[in-house]
Amino acid sequence: MSTVTATPPTTTSPASRSHRPAKRPSWLRRSWDRHWYAWAMVAPVVVVLSVLIIYPLVRGVFLSFTNLTEANQLAEICTKSITGSESCKANPEAWHMVGFDNYVDVLSGKVGQFWQWLGVTLIWTIGCVVFHYTIGLGLAVMLNRPMWGRGVYRVLLILPWAVPAFVSAFAWKFMFNEKFGLFNALLTKVGLDPVEWFSDWKTSLLTAILTNIWLGVPFMMVALLGGMQTIPTEQYEAAEIDGASPWQRFVSITLPGLRSVSMTVILLGTIWTFNMFPVIFLVTQGQPAGQTEILVTGSFRAAFEGIRNYSLASTYGVLILSILLVFSVFYRRMLRKQGEVW
Amino acid sequence: MSETGTSTLREATIHRMPSAAVRNNRPRSKRKPLASLGLHGTLVLASLIAIFPIVWVLAASFKPKEWIQSTELTLVKEPTLANYDYVLTQTNFPSWVFNSVLVAACTMFFGILMSATAGYALSRFNFPGRRQLMLVFLVTQMFPVAILIVPIYQIMATFGLINTHASLIIAYLTIAVPFCAWMLKGYFDSIPTSLDEAASIDGCGPFMTFWKVIMPLARPGIAVTAFYTFLTAWGELAYASAFIQTDDRFTLSYGMRQFVPQFNPQWEYLTAAAVLVTVPAAVVFLYVQRHLVSGLTAGGTKG
Repeated sequence: MSTVTATPPTTTSPASRSHRPAKRPSWLRRSWDRHWYAWAMVAPVVVVLSVLIIYPLVRGVFLSFTNLTEANQLAEICTKSITGSESCKANPEAWHMVGFDNYVDVLSGKVGQFWQWLGVTLIWTIGCVVFHYTIGLGLAVMLNRPMWGRGVYRVLLILPWAVPAFVSAFAWKFMFNEKFGLFNALLTKVGLDPVEWFSDWKTSLLTAILTNIWLGVPFMMVALLGGMQTIPTEQYEAAEIDGASPWQRFVSITLPGLRSVSMTVILLGTIWTFNMFPVIFLVTQGQPAGQTEILVTGSFRAAFEGIRNYSLASTYGVLILSILLVFSVFYRRMLRKQGEVW
Repeated sequence: MSETGTSTLREATIHRMPSAAVRNNRPRSKRKPLASLGLHGTLVLASLIAIFPIVWVLAASFKPKEWIQSTELTLVKEPTLANYDYVLTQTNFPSWVFNSVLVAACTMFFGILMSATAGYALSRFNFPGRRQLMLVFLVTQMFPVAILIVPIYQIMATFGLINTHASLIIAYLTIAVPFCAWMLKGYFDSIPTSLDEAASIDGCGPFMTFWKVIMPLARPGIAVTAFYTFLTAWGELAYASAFIQTDDRFTLSYGMRQFVPQFNPQWEYLTAAAVLVTVPAAVVFLYVQRHLVSGLTAGGTKG
């Protein structure tokens, strides 16, 4: 997963080095002779990906231009007559192409609250990723030095990762319970008024973000810790001799050394958080009144509660995917500019 | 990792932590007492935050209903096993566990089976299409549930698979396959290529090398990837709530939602169920976590 930055193993294969401009027809042949086993090895995955991802993706994009719902999906309506014979006639309300209507409806706010959900999603994603990264980095720096009890700390800090996300979501919802939850009990104990967490969108979103921070820090910590251990010690020793302070060593050795890992985990973390389903779905449940839905949960509810609206779900899907694709392209371009290519 | 042919896999995957401890022999270990206190204090606090919700739920699972729903702060009061008894005997919980285990295990098995060879090919051979395939793997991570769920739902409906476990397994493979292939590529990268070369000199073809030489060495990596895939399928919610309709076929994540409806939630049963779900996962997790640290970063750290 975090191997995006791995450079292609150049020394490994004897293959594909010499693309001499030979006679035309033999290129394919030679390429086949040289690479057939590599292709054979990736074939199962490619087949599975095309059947399960590429086809549904194409189909999903297509559906977003139709008005297909659970109610109008039949092309024919068949009625049984008394004699038992079946007569079928075309469904006058059958689904059909509607062009960009779905996109217009969604983006103009006629259906659902796209812009509000997008706003919440951005707060959610940025809030979570920033805290994931900074807390993860802080803990990783602390764990990356010799000290007593390091193994114990590490195991305890990774523990939240071992808990299935839906269980953590339930656990935090339990602690934020407005009547008897832990946080309100503590607030009452110190003489403050209990907070009705889920009746204001800000506190409601806060509970979800706190839950997700708790969930996501271990991954960042582990990835960054692994990255730190590949930084050569000599660099630290040299800096030490030159009299660099711990802070200077952190800024000019640790951070640059972590750059490629950081870029990868931030990109992945952003994508994952953007599409994080269970935490919002279970912790805030969109309360109050759907104001804390993020795009993924909001579109799920809009499309799958009541009559299932397949075309609407696909429209949202295409929009979410486009946002993430645009983000990744810009992200990569930014990295390229700074001389990093993968 | 392919260039650092001198280190063996064992060193690469297992001995990372200790080796770091050995080479960190700079005077950072000579901390002032105050700094040491601050360091340990922060870590203790962080560890407490990390484990507290788990402990709190564990404690609550032993409380009778009236103590869970009281505003009084107690860790344990009148401990009882009644919640566990109810969950295990009066609800469909055992069959949800069975469903989840079945679905997650099948996803894991087929996911690894299909992606191991691909991971190897991506790691070792520079074939046309390699870069594109890597990109596809990254892009599939971005697919929101919303876009795939409808077409997959319709495919399932066409084949009459709605409300079956097969539909969930197939849907989870869309998550598992790119992920597994990517993880395993990282592991294979950390196995020195000199082993492949030696095998090839001894007359092994690429498939033989993969099967006889690399697979046995990658066993820890495969174990971790498998476990992580298992956990992903174990906790998935969106597909489960869209595809499965009858109570006896729910998976855990969706079934347990029934304990906490909007009105009159039964937290005492939920907490007991949560503990039952978490304990086996956490035990295995703690067992493999050492590999996890090195495995996750085996490929990613080489920039």
